[in-house]
Amino acid sequence: MPLPSYAKFDESDLGAQVLLSQHRLKTSGDAVTARQAVARYMKENGASALSVTRFATAVSEIVRNAINHAGGGEFSIYVDRRRKTLTVVCWDNGPGIADVDLALSDGYTSGGGLGRGLGGAKRLAGRFEIRTAVNAGTSVLMSVNL
Amino acid sequence: MMPQSATANILTVLDTDFKGIIEEWLGTQVKEGVKRSDLFSDAESRNQNRELLKAFSKGIREGVAGEDFDLDDDKWDDLRAVLADVSRERVNRGVTPTEMATFVLALKTPLFKRLEALADSDHSMLLRDVMLVTRLVDAFAIYTNEIFINEREQIIDRQRQEMLELSTPVVELWDRVLTLPLIGTLDSARAQEVMENLLQTILERQAEVVIMDITGVGTVDTQVAQHLLRAAAAVRLMGAECIISGISPMIAQTMVQLGIDVGTVSTRSSIRTALSDALLTVGYVIKKTEAQ
Repeated sequence: MPLPSYAKFDESDLGAQVLLSQHRLKTSGDAVTARQAVARYMKENGASALSVTRFATAVSEIVRNAINHAGGGEFSIYVDRRRKTLTVVCWDNGPGIADVDLALSDGYTSGGGLGRGLGGAKRLAGRFEIRTAVNAGTSVLMSVNL
Repeated sequence: MMPQSATANILTVLDTDFKGIIEEWLGTQVKEGVKRSDLFSDAESRNQNRELLKAFSKGIREGVAGEDFDLDDDKWDDLRAVLADVSRERVNRGVTPTEMATFVLALKTPLFKRLEALADSDHSMLLRDVMLVTRLVDAFAIYTNEIFINEREQIIDRQRQEMLELSTPVVELWDRVLTLPLIGTLDSARAQEVMENLLQTILERQAEVVIMDITGVGTVDTQVAQHLLRAAAAVRLMGAECIISGISPMIAQTMVQLGIDVGTVSTRSSIRTALSDALLTVGYVIKKTEAQ
């Protein structure tokens, strides 16, 4: 039986964005690398310290989800220089999320965490979109203005 | 006259002019700029080259069957052992992999010259010998590089271990007051180590107040927050008070947005205020001296 499919975020969702870097997600060290790459790029392009902390924390949440719940995935950073936005896409081939609204609500946790991660990431990022299908994976897109 | 074995000429060359080859090998190293006279004395270099060449010719004598050889074979034990020593020393003194490989490859020239003299215009024999020497020395150089990389990886690994230990010191600031300056990223493995270390020290020092300072923690996401709050809860279970200090305005705002509730854990913006609170708890005050 083929795996249920879902539409991952791809170029068509991103518009005129340039791929800056791509990161494999497997260990907690990879989460740090991904987060630092985002923070470094934002700082270099004049984002405020608060904005960097917020977005880097949101990134930390979603890549940690991919690593802890889906056994890893991939993380890409895109930039739109004209509109001055930074977009990140994180995807995995994990178990997916059955009820996205529930997963986004505070206090809901599937694995003993605080249950604030996904909802918190949504509040911290400027734009937050999620696509997921059970047993297929999860793909999260987040953007921030530079 | 064709010799019986493929290595006969090479061995003849090595046996008849062992010293000359070493001197010329050293000379080539000087010419190529890979003889590090800043790092090794002449005597040391000569000694290393002699040991290497001795082991190399022993390997050729015993470890080449027909034209085949495998440096992983027992017959090459000596060369591998000497090479390991030399590489280790060079890595520790800061020699680069390129310098190390060029150092080994420099052995070709002196050997080629002597084989040419020996071949006496028998070109097919010379070609065969040169090809074999090339394969041998190349394998030698590749092996050297492998050892070199392994050696570096071990250094990196050792440093990582050291850093892990360094990054979780529990410091006794005053009688019954401990502080734990956290730096970098708090992943689950480190959080566990920090917690064990901290609880043990509370017991040993009979601590009453513990200050966990997160000034050096760049990102507090839900996982880091959870580790901190768990550590704080464990500290309280042991009868001590826990203060989390060093929460920057950025981190405070981010934590609020994440919806992290620190509950009854005391928090302070700086370690300075945390310290004066902690001292007060154990019955001390910091006072200016009269003279000032």
